[in-house]
Amino acid sequence: MTVLLLDDRTELSRQALTLARQFGPTQSIPIDAFQPFAPDALATAIAQQDPTAVFAVGTERGNEVMARVAARMRLPFAANCIEVTPGDPVTVTRLRWGGSLLEEARLHTSRPLISVAPHAVRPDDGPPPEEVTVDRPDDRDLVVRVTEHIQPSNGGVSLAEAKVIVSGGRGVGSKEGFAILEELAGLLGAAVGCSRAVTSAGWRPHSDQVGQTGTKVSPEVYIACGISGATQHMAGLKGAKRILAINSDPQAPLMMNADYTVTGDLKEIVPAISAEIRKRRN
Amino acid sequence: MTDDASAINTQHLGFTISPHEECGVEEAVRLIEANRGESVVLTLGPAEAVEQLRDCMALGIDRAIHLRTFGRDWDGETSASALAEAIRDDEAVDGRFDLIFFGNESADSGGFQVGIRVAYALGRPCVTGLKKVTLEGASVRCEQEVEAGRDVYVVPLPAVLTVREGLNLPRYPSVPGRMRARSKPVHVLNPQRPEPRLELVRLAVPAGQGRRAESLGNGADAAPAIVNMLHQAGLV
Repeated sequence: MTVLLLDDRTELSRQALTLARQFGPTQSIPIDAFQPFAPDALATAIAQQDPTAVFAVGTERGNEVMARVAARMRLPFAANCIEVTPGDPVTVTRLRWGGSLLEEARLHTSRPLISVAPHAVRPDDGPPPEEVTVDRPDDRDLVVRVTEHIQPSNGGVSLAEAKVIVSGGRGVGSKEGFAILEELAGLLGAAVGCSRAVTSAGWRPHSDQVGQTGTKVSPEVYIACGISGATQHMAGLKGAKRILAINSDPQAPLMMNADYTVTGDLKEIVPAISAEIRKRRN
Repeated sequence: MTDDASAINTQHLGFTISPHEECGVEEAVRLIEANRGESVVLTLGPAEAVEQLRDCMALGIDRAIHLRTFGRDWDGETSASALAEAIRDDEAVDGRFDLIFFGNESADSGGFQVGIRVAYALGRPCVTGLKKVTLEGASVRCEQEVEAGRDVYVVPLPAVLTVREGLNLPRYPSVPGRMRARSKPVHVLNPQRPEPRLELVRLAVPAGQGRRAESLGNGADAAPAIVNMLHQAGLV
């Protein structure tokens, strides 16, 4: 009996492992077992272990490999679960609509395939799983493999890895309006983000968009300037430790879902924060 | 929510194509404009979904296939098997698709699996999460967004690609495009629904995130309190 964890060696994998342990002793297969990344080869290696359950983190990579395992082993796959209970059927609670709704579901299989939504499970302190050894992949499984990597073009701080994000919404008013956000971001070593309304208006590139169909972020502080806080935007903020909302409308959904709020005109507030930081540094 | 909490009550809501799929449609239209050929849009959904198929045809898609559903939930596995069968049947008559586009994940269920399952069923390579697609003769070069930059894959045609918003800027339909779309063919199929092995029991609204907003003040006067907070977070 093998309960397998597809391990990406992050805190998120420890969260997934916590749910996996309910199904028995776990072993792991590292997501970088084949380099460069070759998702079909990973799916084949997982299937060859004849696992009784497979767990992964619900990241793009984790979900991708799990879907390939599901297709290969002809099994159902529940993505982005936050609770899992062993049994016949297995019961799960999973995220829908980017986390704005929960789905309770039954998974009718003796071999559940489950990805665990990031930042939804408190990891326990159990022992790390033993890594399995994998065979050399078949050429057929290497048709889909990474052949080249392109570095981010902006050279700035990556949104997904940023410790601080200064993000703007429709309330910023224009493309030029982002200058004061850029200035504050420069002082904080922060990345600049935005909402979908901003990319739709053509003020910022889509690579700056935070949310369900943009980038999911996990900074220490997320500073949301003039962002109303649609559920699709909030879906990208699940990993944010602290959210500061600056908005002229105290009833905006983001003002209700933030840790800190400041009510007023962001065109006055954002430059005042930059000035205050400069004053303290001198 | 509906009375049995199994779905969102859509009686008073409008529908739209999700952002990822919208980019998939745009990419197909652009590829056909540049290389000639035919583009087909395919969906599995209720009778009302024909509106979105017409929207796609207004953008330049040539014809549509509608796998009609009747209210009950289809999971990723059952959706993929019905779609793969419909694609196989269409290809038997009209020839092979060189490229099949899917949204990377659905906006509602977020199962992350339909495109990959269809690719496996058809025995074709599948690359996911794409932000750029370039035809290179009998291959396609694919750029996948990852945390730090992009990973590149080159796979032979025919292939299945799952795409993300940001791949392109979808156009708006023109009035003549809308007129033409009215007379383009929609092939309607009524697939049998197998019992999904991922069975939806009920939907629920999650409890609040547990954040309780603390006001740091109003206007520019709040700046010192904001910087104090940033200082506590170890950032200033």
